[in-house]
Amino acid sequence: MAESNDDILKVSNLTVKLQNQVILDNISFNVKKGTTLAILGPNGAGKTVLFRTLLNLVPHTGSIEWAEKVKIGYVPQYVTVSDVPISVKEFLSMGNAVDFENSLSMVKLKDKNILNKRLGVLSGGQLRRILIAWALNDNPNVLFLDEPTSGVDMDSEEPIYLMLNEIKKTQKITIFLITHNIHIVQEYADDLIALNKCVTFCGPSEELAKPDTQRLIYGEPVCVETIRGET
Amino acid sequence: MLDTFFYSIVLSIFVGVATGYLGSLMVLEKMALVGDALSHVALPGLAIGITFHFNPFLGAFAFLFVSAAAIWHIQRVTKISFEALVGAMFTLALAIGILLYGNNLDALEAALFGDISQVTMVSTLVAASVCVIAVILTKLIYDKLVLAMISEDLAISKGINVARINLLYLFLVSVVVAIGIQIVGTLLVGFLVIVPAIAAKNLSTHMRRYSLFSSVFGAAAGFSGVLLWSVFNFGIPFPGPMVVFSGITIFAITVVINWRLKITT
Repeated sequence: MAESNDDILKVSNLTVKLQNQVILDNISFNVKKGTTLAILGPNGAGKTVLFRTLLNLVPHTGSIEWAEKVKIGYVPQYVTVSDVPISVKEFLSMGNAVDFENSLSMVKLKDKNILNKRLGVLSGGQLRRILIAWALNDNPNVLFLDEPTSGVDMDSEEPIYLMLNEIKKTQKITIFLITHNIHIVQEYADDLIALNKCVTFCGPSEELAKPDTQRLIYGEPVCVETIRGET
Repeated sequence: MLDTFFYSIVLSIFVGVATGYLGSLMVLEKMALVGDALSHVALPGLAIGITFHFNPFLGAFAFLFVSAAAIWHIQRVTKISFEALVGAMFTLALAIGILLYGNNLDALEAALFGDISQVTMVSTLVAASVCVIAVILTKLIYDKLVLAMISEDLAISKGINVARINLLYLFLVSVVVAIGIQIVGTLLVGFLVIVPAIAAKNLSTHMRRYSLFSSVFGAAAGFSGVLLWSVFNFGIPFPGPMVVFSGITIFAITVVINWRLKITT
Protein backbone atom coordinates (compact mmCIF):
# COMPACT_ATOMS: atom_id res chain seq x y z
CA MET A 1 0.00 0.00 0.00
CA ALA A 2 2.29 2.71 -1.27
CA GLU A 3 1.56 6.35 -0.51
CA SER A 4 -0.53 8.26 -3.13
CA ASN A 5 -2.82 11.28 -3.55
CA ASP A 6 -5.82 8.97 -3.44
CA ASP A 7 -5.16 8.14 0.19
CA ILE A 8 -7.94 8.87 2.65
CA LEU A 9 -5.74 7.98 5.63
CA LYS A 10 -2.03 8.04 6.36
CA VAL A 11 -0.84 6.51 9.63
CA SER A 12 2.82 6.90 10.61
CA ASN A 13 4.65 5.43 13.59
CA LEU A 14 1.48 5.03 15.61
CA THR A 15 2.10 3.75 19.13
CA VAL A 16 -0.49 3.25 21.86
CA LYS A 17 0.35 2.49 25.48
CA LEU A 18 -2.39 1.80 27.99
CA GLN A 19 -1.55 1.34 31.67
CA ASN A 20 2.15 1.10 30.79
CA GLN A 21 1.54 -1.74 28.31
CA VAL A 22 2.30 -1.37 24.63
CA ILE A 23 -0.91 -2.17 22.75
CA LEU A 24 0.11 -0.91 19.31
CA ASP A 25 3.79 -0.65 18.41
CA ASN A 26 5.03 1.74 15.73
CA ILE A 27 2.35 1.09 13.12
CA SER A 28 2.41 2.73 9.68
CA PHE A 29 0.03 2.25 6.75
CA ASN A 30 -2.02 4.15 4.13
CA VAL A 31 -5.57 3.54 2.98
CA LYS A 32 -6.91 4.45 -0.48
CA LYS A 33 -10.30 6.12 -0.97
CA GLY A 34 -13.14 3.80 -1.87
CA THR A 35 -11.37 0.60 -0.85
CA THR A 36 -12.02 -1.97 1.86
CA LEU A 37 -9.22 -2.49 4.36
CA ALA A 38 -9.47 -5.66 6.45
CA ILE A 39 -7.73 -5.82 9.80
CA LEU A 40 -6.91 -9.34 10.84
CA GLY A 41 -5.27 -10.64 13.98
CA PRO A 42 -5.68 -12.83 17.05
CA ASN A 43 -7.64 -11.72 20.13
CA GLY A 44 -5.72 -9.05 22.03
CA ALA A 45 -3.76 -8.04 18.92
CA GLY A 46 -4.97 -4.44 19.23
CA LYS A 47 -7.53 -4.39 16.40
CA THR A 48 -10.32 -2.64 18.32
CA VAL A 49 -7.79 -0.31 19.98
CA LEU A 50 -6.58 0.64 16.48
CA PHE A 51 -10.18 1.54 15.53
CA ARG A 52 -10.66 3.55 18.69
CA THR A 53 -7.34 5.31 18.11
CA LEU A 54 -8.28 6.19 14.54
CA LEU A 55 -11.52 7.62 15.96
CA ASN A 56 -9.33 9.70 18.29
CA LEU A 57 -10.74 8.03 21.41
CA VAL A 58 -7.38 6.76 22.70
CA PRO A 59 -4.20 8.72 23.58
CA HIS A 60 -1.36 7.88 21.20
CA THR A 61 1.95 8.99 19.69
CA GLY A 62 2.73 9.11 15.97
CA SER A 63 0.54 10.69 13.34
CA ILE A 64 -2.92 9.98 11.96
CA GLU A 65 -3.69 12.09 8.90
CA TRP A 66 -7.19 11.91 7.48
CA ALA A 67 -8.02 13.44 4.08
CA GLU A 68 -10.19 16.57 4.17
CA LYS A 69 -13.94 16.37 4.85
CA VAL A 70 -13.83 12.86 6.23
CA LYS A 71 -16.98 11.79 8.03
CA ILE A 72 -16.82 8.47 9.89
CA GLY A 73 -19.66 6.07 10.63
CA TYR A 74 -18.94 3.46 13.29
CA VAL A 75 -20.47 0.05 13.98
CA PRO A 76 -19.10 -1.31 17.28
CA GLN A 77 -18.76 -5.01 18.01
CA TYR A 78 -20.76 -4.89 21.23
CA VAL A 79 -23.94 -2.98 22.02
CA THR A 80 -26.20 -3.23 25.06
CA VAL A 81 -29.77 -3.35 23.83
CA SER A 82 -31.43 -6.21 25.68
CA ASP A 83 -32.53 -4.08 28.65
CA VAL A 84 -33.32 -0.81 26.86
CA PRO A 85 -36.95 -0.28 25.78
CA ILE A 86 -36.11 1.53 22.56
CA SER A 87 -37.75 0.92 19.18
CA VAL A 88 -35.85 0.66 15.91
CA LYS A 89 -37.48 3.90 14.75
CA GLU A 90 -36.38 5.74 17.89
CA PHE A 91 -32.85 4.39 17.58
CA LEU A 92 -32.50 5.33 13.92
CA SER A 93 -33.74 8.85 14.58
CA MET A 94 -31.32 9.49 17.48
CA GLY A 95 -29.56 12.72 16.65
CA ASN A 96 -30.60 12.66 13.00
CA ALA A 97 -33.52 13.49 10.75
CA VAL A 98 -34.01 10.19 8.96
CA ASP A 99 -35.71 8.92 5.82
CA PHE A 100 -36.66 5.59 7.39
CA GLU A 101 -37.64 3.97 4.10
CA ASN A 102 -34.28 4.81 2.55
CA SER A 103 -32.41 3.67 5.67
CA LEU A 104 -34.12 0.28 5.64
CA SER A 105 -33.75 -0.25 1.90
CA MET A 106 -30.04 0.57 2.06
CA VAL A 107 -29.49 -2.33 4.46
CA LYS A 108 -31.94 -4.60 2.57
CA LEU A 109 -34.62 -4.74 5.24
CA LYS A 110 -37.95 -4.92 3.41
CA ASP A 111 -40.46 -5.19 6.27
CA LYS A 112 -41.31 -1.68 7.50
CA ASN A 113 -42.92 -3.18 10.62
CA ILE A 114 -39.42 -3.62 11.99
CA LEU A 115 -39.44 0.12 12.79
CA ASN A 116 -41.90 -0.47 15.63
CA LYS A 117 -40.05 -3.46 17.06
CA ARG A 118 -37.91 -3.13 20.14
CA LEU A 119 -34.20 -3.15 19.32
CA GLY A 120 -33.58 -5.88 21.91
CA VAL A 121 -35.87 -8.43 20.21
CA LEU A 122 -34.23 -8.27 16.76
CA SER A 123 -32.26 -11.24 15.43
CA GLY A 124 -28.47 -10.89 15.30
CA GLY A 125 -28.56 -10.22 11.55
CA GLN A 126 -31.35 -7.63 11.80
CA LEU A 127 -29.57 -5.83 14.64
CA ARG A 128 -26.31 -5.62 12.69
CA ARG A 129 -28.16 -4.22 9.67
CA ILE A 130 -29.90 -1.61 11.85
CA LEU A 131 -26.55 -0.62 13.39
CA ILE A 132 -25.11 -0.24 9.89
CA ALA A 133 -28.17 1.82 8.83
CA TRP A 134 -27.63 4.06 11.87
CA ALA A 135 -23.96 4.52 11.02
CA LEU A 136 -24.95 5.49 7.45
CA ASN A 137 -27.49 8.11 8.59
CA ASP A 138 -24.95 10.93 8.52
CA ASN A 139 -23.83 10.06 4.97
CA PRO A 140 -20.31 9.12 6.05
CA ASN A 141 -17.51 8.57 3.55
CA VAL A 142 -15.71 6.17 5.90
CA LEU A 143 -17.30 3.22 7.67
CA PHE A 144 -15.65 1.43 10.60
CA LEU A 145 -17.02 -2.09 11.11
CA ASP A 146 -15.80 -3.99 14.17
CA GLU A 147 -16.69 -7.63 13.44
CA PRO A 148 -19.95 -6.64 11.74
CA THR A 149 -21.27 -10.19 11.75
CA SER A 150 -20.58 -11.05 15.40
CA GLY A 151 -23.70 -12.71 16.82
CA VAL A 152 -24.88 -13.56 13.30
CA ASP A 153 -25.36 -17.13 12.09
CA MET A 154 -23.14 -18.34 9.22
CA ASP A 155 -25.91 -18.27 6.61
CA SER A 156 -26.63 -14.60 7.31
CA GLU A 157 -22.98 -13.49 7.19
CA GLU A 158 -22.45 -13.54 3.43
CA PRO A 159 -25.57 -11.44 2.60
CA ILE A 160 -24.37 -8.75 5.03
CA TYR A 161 -20.99 -8.53 3.29
CA LEU A 162 -22.67 -8.49 -0.14
CA MET A 163 -24.82 -5.62 1.11
CA LEU A 164 -21.76 -3.77 2.44
CA ASN A 165 -20.00 -4.23 -0.88
CA GLU A 166 -22.97 -2.69 -2.68
CA ILE A 167 -23.09 0.22 -0.21
CA LYS A 168 -19.37 0.79 -0.71
CA LYS A 169 -19.84 1.06 -4.48
CA THR A 170 -23.05 3.13 -4.53
CA GLN A 171 -22.12 5.49 -1.68
CA LYS A 172 -18.39 5.63 -2.55
CA ILE A 173 -17.45 4.73 0.99
CA THR A 174 -14.09 3.54 2.33
CA ILE A 175 -14.56 0.57 4.64
CA PHE A 176 -12.35 -0.43 7.57
CA LEU A 177 -13.25 -3.95 8.62
CA ILE A 178 -12.15 -6.00 11.62
CA THR A 179 -12.79 -9.69 11.09
CA HIS A 180 -11.43 -13.13 11.94
CA ASN A 181 -12.87 -14.66 8.77
CA ILE A 182 -10.17 -15.30 6.16
CA HIS A 183 -12.73 -16.10 3.49
CA ILE A 184 -14.40 -12.72 3.99
CA VAL A 185 -11.03 -10.96 3.74
CA GLN A 186 -10.21 -12.69 0.46
CA GLU A 187 -13.66 -12.18 -1.00
CA TYR A 188 -14.53 -8.62 0.05
CA ALA A 189 -11.40 -6.72 1.12
CA ASP A 190 -9.00 -4.94 -1.21
CA ASP A 191 -6.18 -4.61 1.27
CA LEU A 192 -5.18 -6.34 4.47
CA ILE A 193 -3.32 -5.43 7.62
CA ALA A 194 -2.41 -8.28 9.93
CA LEU A 195 -1.84 -7.05 13.45
CA ASN A 196 -0.23 -8.54 16.48
CA LYS A 197 0.56 -5.35 18.38
CA CYS A 198 2.80 -4.48 15.42
CA VAL A 199 1.95 -4.97 11.74
CA THR A 200 2.88 -8.52 10.66
CA PHE A 201 1.58 -8.10 7.11
CA CYS A 202 0.39 -5.16 5.03
CA GLY A 203 -0.63 -5.53 1.40
CA PRO A 204 -3.30 -6.64 -1.05
CA SER A 205 -5.76 -9.12 0.44
CA GLU A 206 -5.22 -11.60 -2.41
CA GLU A 207 -1.73 -12.17 -0.98
CA LEU A 208 -3.43 -14.01 1.85
CA ALA A 209 -3.74 -17.04 -0.42
CA LYS A 210 0.05 -17.37 -0.57
CA PRO A 211 1.73 -19.66 1.95
CA ASP A 212 4.47 -17.09 2.55
CA THR A 213 1.91 -14.48 3.62
CA GLN A 214 0.14 -16.98 5.84
CA ARG A 215 3.46 -17.88 7.43
CA LEU A 216 3.99 -14.19 8.19
CA ILE A 217 0.56 -13.88 9.78
CA TYR A 218 0.03 -17.22 11.46
CA GLY A 219 3.47 -18.75 11.65
CA GLU A 220 2.40 -21.62 9.39
CA PRO A 221 0.06 -21.90 6.36
CA VAL A 222 -3.69 -22.05 6.93
CA CYS A 223 -5.76 -24.25 4.62
CA VAL A 224 -8.31 -21.67 3.39
CA GLU A 225 -10.28 -24.32 1.50
CA THR A 226 -10.88 -26.26 4.74
CA ILE A 227 -12.16 -23.14 6.50
CA ARG A 228 -14.53 -22.45 3.59
CA GLY A 229 -15.80 -26.00 3.79
CA GLU A 230 -14.97 -26.67 0.16
CA THR A 231 -12.65 -29.65 0.57
CA MET B 1 -53.40 23.39 57.36
CA LEU B 2 -55.51 23.15 54.20
CA ASP B 3 -52.95 25.31 52.39
CA THR B 4 -50.12 23.07 53.53
CA PHE B 5 -52.04 20.01 52.31
CA PHE B 6 -52.72 21.64 48.92
CA TYR B 7 -49.06 22.65 48.51
CA SER B 8 -47.97 19.13 49.51
CA ILE B 9 -50.20 17.64 46.82
CA VAL B 10 -48.79 20.01 44.18
CA LEU B 11 -45.23 19.36 45.37
CA SER B 12 -45.72 15.58 45.35
CA ILE B 13 -46.93 15.70 41.72
CA PHE B 14 -43.95 17.74 40.52
CA VAL B 15 -41.47 15.67 42.53
CA GLY B 16 -43.11 12.46 41.25
CA VAL B 17 -42.81 13.56 37.61
CA ALA B 18 -39.17 14.60 38.04
CA THR B 19 -38.02 11.53 40.01
CA GLY B 20 -39.94 9.26 37.63
CA TYR B 21 -38.42 10.86 34.54
CA LEU B 22 -34.84 10.95 35.83
CA GLY B 23 -35.24 7.55 37.48
CA SER B 24 -36.15 5.99 34.12
CA LEU B 25 -32.51 6.48 33.08
CA MET B 26 -31.10 5.26 36.38
CA VAL B 27 -33.00 1.98 36.12
CA LEU B 28 -31.72 1.43 32.56
CA GLU B 29 -28.15 2.02 33.69
CA LYS B 30 -28.72 -0.73 36.28
CA MET B 31 -28.03 1.93 38.90
CA ALA B 32 -31.36 1.62 40.72
CA LEU B 33 -29.73 0.71 44.03
CA VAL B 34 -27.17 3.45 43.50
CA GLY B 35 -30.01 5.97 43.26
CA ASP B 36 -31.53 4.59 46.44
CA ALA B 37 -28.32 4.58 48.46
CA LEU B 38 -27.28 7.97 47.10
CA SER B 39 -30.40 9.55 48.57
CA HIS B 40 -29.25 8.63 52.10
CA VAL B 41 -26.08 10.64 51.56
CA ALA B 42 -28.24 13.75 52.05
CA LEU B 43 -28.57 13.11 55.80
CA PRO B 44 -25.51 15.07 57.03
CA GLY B 45 -26.40 17.97 54.73
CA LEU B 46 -29.86 18.19 56.27
CA ALA B 47 -28.33 18.11 59.78
CA ILE B 48 -25.86 20.90 58.95
CA GLY B 49 -28.73 23.01 57.54
CA ILE B 50 -30.75 22.55 60.72
CA THR B 51 -27.74 23.20 62.99
CA PHE B 52 -26.64 26.36 61.20
CA HIS B 53 -30.17 27.64 60.48
CA PHE B 54 -30.23 27.63 56.69
CA ASN B 55 -32.52 25.70 54.36
CA PRO B 56 -31.65 22.05 55.10
CA PHE B 57 -32.51 21.04 51.54
CA LEU B 58 -29.67 23.23 50.26
CA GLY B 59 -27.39 21.31 52.61
CA ALA B 60 -28.88 18.04 51.36
CA PHE B 61 -28.33 19.02 47.74
CA ALA B 62 -24.75 20.15 48.41
CA PHE B 63 -23.92 16.84 50.11
CA LEU B 64 -25.63 14.81 47.41
CA PHE B 65 -23.86 16.54 44.56
CA VAL B 66 -20.41 16.63 46.17
CA SER B 67 -20.77 12.93 47.04
CA ALA B 68 -22.04 12.04 43.57
CA ALA B 69 -19.22 13.98 41.90
CA ALA B 70 -16.64 12.41 44.25
CA ILE B 71 -17.99 8.91 43.53
CA TRP B 72 -18.03 9.66 39.79
CA HIS B 73 -14.41 10.84 39.90
CA ILE B 74 -13.11 8.00 42.13
CA GLN B 75 -14.88 5.48 39.89
CA ARG B 76 -13.22 6.88 36.76
CA VAL B 77 -9.78 6.83 38.41
CA THR B 78 -9.95 3.49 40.27
CA LYS B 79 -12.53 1.55 38.18
CA ILE B 80 -14.13 0.35 41.46
CA SER B 81 -17.85 -0.24 40.85
CA PHE B 82 -20.37 2.54 41.47
CA GLU B 83 -22.32 0.25 43.79
CA ALA B 84 -19.34 -0.38 46.08
CA LEU B 85 -18.38 3.31 46.23
CA VAL B 86 -21.95 4.44 46.88
CA GLY B 87 -22.24 1.76 49.59
CA ALA B 88 -19.13 3.14 51.32
CA MET B 89 -20.25 6.77 50.92
CA PHE B 90 -23.78 5.98 52.07
CA THR B 91 -22.72 4.33 55.33
CA LEU B 92 -20.18 7.09 56.00
CA ALA B 93 -22.86 9.74 55.44
CA LEU B 94 -25.31 7.88 57.68
CA ALA B 95 -22.71 7.72 60.48
CA ILE B 96 -21.87 11.43 60.14
CA GLY B 97 -25.58 12.32 59.94
CA ILE B 98 -26.49 10.47 63.13
CA LEU B 99 -23.54 12.04 64.98
CA LEU B 100 -24.62 15.51 63.83
CA TYR B 101 -28.26 15.01 64.85
CA GLY B 102 -27.20 13.87 68.33
CA ASN B 103 -30.32 13.61 70.47
CA ASN B 104 -32.47 15.82 68.21
CA LEU B 105 -34.67 12.85 67.36
CA ASP B 106 -37.57 14.87 65.91
CA ALA B 107 -35.29 16.44 63.31
CA LEU B 108 -33.73 13.03 62.55
CA GLU B 109 -37.20 11.52 62.06
CA ALA B 110 -38.18 14.36 59.68
CA ALA B 111 -34.97 13.86 57.71
CA LEU B 112 -35.43 10.10 57.46
CA PHE B 113 -39.14 10.06 56.65
CA GLY B 114 -39.99 13.53 55.30
CA ASP B 115 -41.77 16.54 56.72
CA ILE B 116 -44.47 18.35 54.79
CA SER B 117 -45.63 20.47 57.72
CA GLN B 118 -43.15 23.19 56.69
CA VAL B 119 -44.26 23.30 53.02
CA THR B 120 -45.24 26.84 51.97
CA MET B 121 -46.41 28.45 48.74
CA VAL B 122 -42.94 29.86 48.08
CA SER B 123 -41.13 26.59 48.78
CA THR B 124 -43.64 24.75 46.57
CA LEU B 125 -43.18 27.23 43.71
CA VAL B 126 -39.39 27.02 43.98
CA ALA B 127 -39.42 23.21 44.16
CA ALA B 128 -41.87 22.89 41.26
CA SER B 129 -39.79 25.26 39.10
CA VAL B 130 -36.60 23.36 39.88
CA CYS B 131 -38.34 20.06 39.00
CA VAL B 132 -39.52 21.48 35.67
CA ILE B 133 -36.02 22.76 34.84
CA ALA B 134 -34.48 19.41 35.84
CA VAL B 135 -36.91 17.54 33.55
CA ILE B 136 -36.28 19.91 30.62
CA LEU B 137 -32.48 19.65 31.00
CA THR B 138 -32.70 15.86 31.28
CA LYS B 139 -34.88 15.74 28.17
CA LEU B 140 -32.16 17.61 26.27
CA ILE B 141 -29.56 14.94 27.13
CA TYR B 142 -31.91 11.91 27.34
CA ASP B 143 -31.12 10.51 23.88
CA LYS B 144 -27.41 11.06 24.37
CA LEU B 145 -27.46 9.21 27.70
CA VAL B 146 -29.41 6.33 26.14
CA LEU B 147 -26.97 6.16 23.21
CA ALA B 148 -24.06 6.05 25.67
CA MET B 149 -25.81 3.19 27.49
CA ILE B 150 -26.15 1.27 24.22
CA SER B 151 -22.47 1.85 23.40
CA GLU B 152 -20.20 4.46 24.94
CA ASP B 153 -17.87 4.30 21.93
CA LEU B 154 -20.82 4.87 19.60
CA ALA B 155 -21.80 7.99 21.55
CA ILE B 156 -18.22 9.31 21.67
CA SER B 157 -17.79 8.68 17.95
CA LYS B 158 -20.78 10.97 17.38
CA GLY B 159 -19.02 13.75 19.29
CA ILE B 160 -20.96 13.29 22.54
CA ASN B 161 -18.99 14.14 25.68
CA VAL B 162 -20.20 11.18 27.72
CA ALA B 163 -18.33 12.16 30.90
CA ARG B 164 -19.87 15.64 30.84
CA ILE B 165 -23.47 14.52 30.27
CA ASN B 166 -23.12 11.86 32.99
CA LEU B 167 -21.96 14.53 35.43
CA LEU B 168 -24.84 16.82 34.45
CA TYR B 169 -27.24 13.91 34.96
CA LEU B 170 -25.81 13.18 38.43
CA PHE B 171 -26.20 16.88 39.28
CA LEU B 172 -29.86 16.84 38.20
CA VAL B 173 -30.54 13.62 40.13
CA SER B 174 -29.03 15.25 43.23
CA VAL B 175 -31.31 18.29 42.83
CA VAL B 176 -34.46 16.23 42.38
CA VAL B 177 -33.64 13.80 45.20
CA ALA B 178 -32.96 16.74 47.56
CA ILE B 179 -36.42 18.11 46.78
CA GLY B 180 -38.06 14.69 47.04
CA ILE B 181 -36.68 14.27 50.56
CA GLN B 182 -39.24 16.85 51.71
CA ILE B 183 -42.10 14.51 50.79
CA VAL B 184 -40.80 11.05 51.64
CA GLY B 185 -37.50 11.55 53.50
CA THR B 186 -34.04 10.22 52.79
CA LEU B 187 -34.99 6.61 53.53
CA LEU B 188 -37.87 6.42 51.05
CA VAL B 189 -36.98 8.87 48.26
CA GLY B 190 -35.07 6.12 46.42
CA PHE B 191 -38.46 4.47 45.95
CA LEU B 192 -39.64 7.37 43.76
CA VAL B 193 -36.52 7.00 41.60
CA ILE B 194 -36.86 3.22 41.11
CA VAL B 195 -40.46 2.01 41.24
CA PRO B 196 -42.22 4.32 38.72
CA ALA B 197 -39.49 3.44 36.21
CA ILE B 198 -39.74 -0.34 36.66
CA ALA B 199 -43.55 -0.10 36.53
CA ALA B 200 -43.24 1.83 33.24
CA LYS B 201 -40.79 -0.73 31.90
CA ASN B 202 -43.43 -3.41 32.39
CA LEU B 203 -45.62 -1.65 29.81
CA SER B 204 -43.12 -0.20 27.36
CA THR B 205 -41.45 -1.26 24.15
CA HIS B 206 -40.69 2.32 23.16
CA MET B 207 -38.46 4.85 24.88
CA ARG B 208 -40.94 7.75 24.60
CA ARG B 209 -43.72 5.73 26.20
CA TYR B 210 -41.34 4.43 28.86
CA SER B 211 -40.18 7.86 30.01
CA LEU B 212 -43.74 9.25 29.83
CA PHE B 213 -45.21 6.37 31.86
CA SER B 214 -42.41 6.61 34.40
CA SER B 215 -43.18 10.32 34.95
CA VAL B 216 -46.95 9.70 35.15
CA PHE B 217 -46.53 6.80 37.60
CA GLY B 218 -44.20 8.92 39.74
CA ALA B 219 -46.78 11.72 39.86
CA ALA B 220 -49.61 9.24 40.56
CA ALA B 221 -47.69 7.60 43.42
CA GLY B 222 -46.84 10.97 44.97
CA PHE B 223 -50.32 12.45 44.54
CA SER B 224 -52.31 9.42 45.68
CA GLY B 225 -49.90 8.73 48.55
CA VAL B 226 -50.27 12.20 50.04
CA LEU B 227 -54.05 12.10 49.43
CA LEU B 228 -54.40 8.70 51.13
CA TRP B 229 -52.24 9.82 54.03
CA SER B 230 -54.57 12.79 54.59
CA VAL B 231 -57.45 10.31 55.06
CA PHE B 232 -55.75 7.28 56.66
CA ASN B 233 -52.60 8.45 58.37
CA PHE B 234 -52.69 5.96 61.27
CA GLY B 235 -51.25 8.71 63.44
CA ILE B 236 -48.05 8.86 61.38
CA PRO B 237 -46.95 12.47 60.82
CA PHE B 238 -45.38 11.90 57.39
CA PRO B 239 -46.86 10.64 54.09
CA GLY B 240 -43.83 8.59 52.92
CA PRO B 241 -45.19 5.08 53.67
CA MET B 242 -48.47 5.86 51.88
CA VAL B 243 -46.55 7.12 48.84
CA VAL B 244 -44.66 3.81 48.86
CA PHE B 245 -47.88 1.77 49.11
CA SER B 246 -49.46 3.74 46.25
CA GLY B 247 -46.40 3.23 44.07
CA ILE B 248 -46.22 -0.48 44.82
CA THR B 249 -49.92 -0.83 43.93
CA ILE B 250 -49.22 0.81 40.55
CA PHE B 251 -46.24 -1.51 40.04
CA ALA B 252 -48.37 -4.58 40.93
CA ILE B 253 -51.03 -3.52 38.40
CA THR B 254 -48.40 -3.16 35.66
CA VAL B 255 -47.04 -6.63 36.49
CA VAL B 256 -50.53 -8.08 35.98
CA ILE B 257 -51.04 -6.11 32.72
CA ASN B 258 -47.63 -7.24 31.47
CA TRP B 259 -48.46 -10.84 32.34
CA ARG B 260 -51.95 -10.76 30.79
CA LEU B 261 -50.99 -8.92 27.58
CA LYS B 262 -47.62 -10.71 27.31
CA ILE B 263 -45.80 -7.48 26.58
CA THR B 264 -42.21 -8.26 25.53
CA THR B 265 -40.13 -5.70 27.36
